[in-house]
Amino acid sequence: MDLYVHPRFEVLRSEKKCICCRVCERQCANGAHGYDESAGTMESYDEKCVNCHRCVALCPTKALKIAETSHSFRQNANWSGHTIQELYLQANTGGVLLSSMGNPRPLPSYFDRILLNASQVTNPSIDPLREPMETRTFLGKKNQTVTRDTRGRLKDNMGAQLELRAPIMFSAMSLGSISYNAHASLANAARELGIFYNCGEGGLHKDFYKYGPNTIVQVASGRFGVHQPYLMAGAAVEIKMGQGAKPGIGGHLPGHKNMGQIAATRMTPEGSDAISPAPHHDIYSIEDLRQLVYSLKEATGNTKPIIVKIAAVHNVAAIASGVARSGADIIAIDGFRGGTGAAPTRIRDNVGIPIELALASVDQKLRDEGIRSDVSLVVGGSIRSSTDWVKAIALGADACYIATGALLALGCHLCRSCHTNLCNWGIATQRPDLVRRLNPEIGAEHLVNLIKAWQHELREIMGGMGINSVEALRGNRLMLRGVGMTREELDILGIKHAGL
Amino acid sequence: MKRIFAREEWCLACHLCEYHCANANLPHKEGGNFNAEMARNLKGRAIRPRIRVEEDDRVHFALSCRHCDEPACKKSCISGAISMINGVVCIDRDKCVGCYTCILACPYGTIVPSDDGHAAQKCELCMQNSCGEPACVAHCPNRAIVYEEVLDE
Ligand code: SF4
Ligand code: SF4
Ligand code: SF4
Repeated sequence: MDLYVHPRFEVLRSEKKCICCRVCERQCANGAHGYDESAGTMESYDEKCVNCHRCVALCPTKALKIAETSHSFRQNANWSGHTIQELYLQANTGGVLLSSMGNPRPLPSYFDRILLNASQVTNPSIDPLREPMETRTFLGKKNQTVTRDTRGRLKDNMGAQLELRAPIMFSAMSLGSISYNAHASLANAARELGIFYNCGEGGLHKDFYKYGPNTIVQVASGRFGVHQPYLMAGAAVEIKMGQGAKPGIGGHLPGHKNMGQIAATRMTPEGSDAISPAPHHDIYSIEDLRQLVYSLKEATGNTKPIIVKIAAVHNVAAIASGVARSGADIIAIDGFRGGTGAAPTRIRDNVGIPIELALASVDQKLRDEGIRSDVSLVVGGSIRSSTDWVKAIALGADACYIATGALLALGCHLCRSCHTNLCNWGIATQRPDLVRRLNPEIGAEHLVNLIKAWQHELREIMGGMGINSVEALRGNRLMLRGVGMTREELDILGIKHAGL
Repeated sequence: MKRIFAREEWCLACHLCEYHCANANLPHKEGGNFNAEMARNLKGRAIRPRIRVEEDDRVHFALSCRHCDEPACKKSCISGAISMINGVVCIDRDKCVGCYTCILACPYGTIVPSDDGHAAQKCELCMQNSCGEPACVAHCPNRAIVYEEVLDE
């Protein structure tokens, strides 16, 4: 007999409000609702519920809510109920625990302990509704010297750049990890917003080549779907060395998800497991990375900036310094809160470091070495709001990557069961009946709304600081103060404590 | 002239439109709590919505009156209860004798008997009830029904 694992959630239905419309039953792909014909009442199967809120959101009389069970183990500060149940699960199955999305553990958030500055009396604040506020950003290597031709005219020898209307982009999520409709939403929104989305490592579906000018194409260790037209289709090429949710671990799209268009786009046989090895088998040094960077530059005729994406790990500053010397134009750093479609739980929850610390130390290191302007820095790994975004820029980022936030705008409720292929919101699934639940028309609208709202807030906050361009906010750590931090934490972040 | 259109590719067969249709055509208190009212209105009641989700394993879409230019129902009505008012095909409950000839005549099957069985009822674009705009369109979670101007060929 298996060790008993009590259901984590309880489906609570108000009998008074329920009209037995069976919408919840039809909408729950996990089968957590049923209808008892003879009694004419609805039933719930708590053990199947993953707390995705699809039924809650669609119930026409709002008769439903989902509660975390109050079922308890005997109090133990060392062995929490959750830890015990995970152990039971492993004793039952002998398997590695799998999870999705970002690290949910209650580890400190540095963003939450950083406060922003505002102008008073001696330096005027700016009203963004009356005065211009520049959020346009260019990503790529910036020349440090001005060169002129023989007649004294400026030589335009600037390398390829990405132009963003605001310093934010949607980070890599492959077609396969998320649905066709999720990609369509991201692509459409990126185009409308004048920013970029990243197609991830699964190749670029033929329908999405038309969004090329707003697409970043990715080359990962599996090289899925990579060919010359693919490289040329995007506005930039990203080499994925690591991912914040699972540094040191590769990717694995199970065969049952690798079907039809997904498999065709990846250029893999249908039904085969699409495995991205943990390392790139041709990269074991910065020199090797340099070869790939330059191969890609050559393949694209030097028209596309090359991004190298790394996970934030212990000696990230030294790694980033190496990457900057590999010829990369942009370095993307993914913090330990970054999301994933599937990762071993223990890795996701224990490997990597907070993006705030990684960003601050990388920015500082590149400055110290005089190579900061050789690369742009893009950071992701849980930018949750416009203030996280502002703080990241002030810590030295040129732009931010968001993915979890973007999925939330598409309807994701962070139930973290992406790896089951049963996403009730049509995002992290390939089941056609579920994919159809995400109408990209609505999805794109929500994404556009979200970024526009954040842009308003960004302008408002910058105005308050008396700053009228993102350029002037970048690396402006004087605008930041820490609260409740140790000397060491403040030193790494390069900021003062509040009150100073 | 605005019309209701079904967008088959986005319909989820969730049947919400049917319940919102049924609810929209029942009495409402000004400023009442929408969800509570809907629960009160529809609890324990078999609904007869004026929009129906047609479904099989492959396709599903919500179907309601097409408001035809030459309505077969209007022509068939033995008591003159069906008329075209501002482009909307309407049934006058007081004139309807409940013979259901129109139900037989409608090629789309979008007319249904009323709850009391004494008359026929159909989609009147929520013009005659408290909604003012088609409730099915307003409440469809996936924009699978839209209310749009008809474009001339
Ligand atoms: S899994 Fe989602 S849709 Fe199913 S019962 Fe739980 S919250 Fe509702
Ligand atoms: S969706 Fe709400 S009203 Fe409909 S059956 Fe489920 S709980 Fe009852
Ligand atoms: S409410 Fe919309 S999605 Fe649901 S059945 Fe009706 S038309 Fe289809």
